[in-house]
Amino acid sequence: MNLRTFRIVLWSAVVVVAIAAAGLYMFVKPTTGGFGGGQYTLETGAGQPFTAASLTGGPSMLFFGYTHCPDVCPTTLSEMAAWYGQLGDAGKPLRAFFVTVDPERDTPAVINDYVHAVSDRVTGVTGTPSEVGKMETAWGVYAKKVPMADGDYSMDHTATVYLIDSRGQFQGTIAYDEDSATALQKLKNLIAKG
Amino acid sequence: MKLLHLAVAALAVLPVIPAALPLIPAAHAASMMSMAPAKPKNWTVGDIVVSGAYARATLPNAPVGGGFFSITNKGNADDTLMSASSPAAGSVQLHDMKMEGGVMRMRPLADGITIPAGKTVALAPNGLHLMFTQLKQRFEKGKSVVVTLTFAKAGTLTVELPVGDVGANAPPGASAPAAPNAMGGMKM
Repeated sequence: MNLRTFRIVLWSAVVVVAIAAAGLYMFVKPTTGGFGGGQYTLETGAGQPFTAASLTGGPSMLFFGYTHCPDVCPTTLSEMAAWYGQLGDAGKPLRAFFVTVDPERDTPAVINDYVHAVSDRVTGVTGTPSEVGKMETAWGVYAKKVPMADGDYSMDHTATVYLIDSRGQFQGTIAYDEDSATALQKLKNLIAKG
Repeated sequence: MKLLHLAVAALAVLPVIPAALPLIPAAHAASMMSMAPAKPKNWTVGDIVVSGAYARATLPNAPVGGGFFSITNKGNADDTLMSASSPAAGSVQLHDMKMEGGVMRMRPLADGITIPAGKTVALAPNGLHLMFTQLKQRFEKGKSVVVTLTFAKAGTLTVELPVGDVGANAPPGASAPAAPNAMGGMKM
């Protein structure tokens, strides 16, 4: 084997390994779901089933909160209502889901009244604690009970608005108290993407 | 940026008002939005002055609410807000809220809130606040909530918190825009 043949063999081996690695990556990479994907069945405030597939078919805002929440949750709901007002007709395709992290207290009727007091555009979502837990895991949401002095409890929880495209794919976030102009631009981009 | 945020939100909401109140002439609607507030009050006991007090309107099925104000200690010694109570709620607690890495964390303050001598401590959204639990009824915009504060040195002080919007960041009628989220209030 002369040096030239040896070089060709060696380079061929490099190409084969590279193709194999790429193929393995494509194969192993999850093609269904991705971040936020997974199996969970919850219920909307109107009593309709809610699954990962419910986040497809239109761009969506997704927020995790609870009704016994004194500050962040009503504020975020109010901001969602304000964003809808600012978007006007452009906001028509945009959906919004408020998923409870406190399913023990937030029944469908409770969460339905709560969100609709602020905006008819927001859909309340609840479910059994185990199914809500599955959805929290899928979205990397932190939620933890914290006892209060009066025997009641509050929930520490992720307070980010997730932005999801019409294929159900995660596209970005709006942070709590994010500047309104930035938030609006993010929503416009999401809607434009479809 | 916060002011811009509030201003933009308030402007965007304006066109909605005539639509939401078709039977009320626009001029009347405008005067309703100003809410003709009483001049913001201060309350004083000993060296303690409480000002800029307000509460946020609560949503249905939310038996909790937040109360906010500034406490100034004009004295030469530190004082501590030890506790609070209200006929409007089963319990009133002193809380601190923090955003950490996108997670909202709320903690009761068992040792109260210290007001250093000569300083002002603000209870405001996203931080220190009064947390009303077991509400007797919803906090409605335009009404007010009575709270009795107990200080370690100055004693007790009863103050009145006018109720603003769900997302209010200032007392109703204060110079800072208090109604960035008026849509929430409009529906109630």
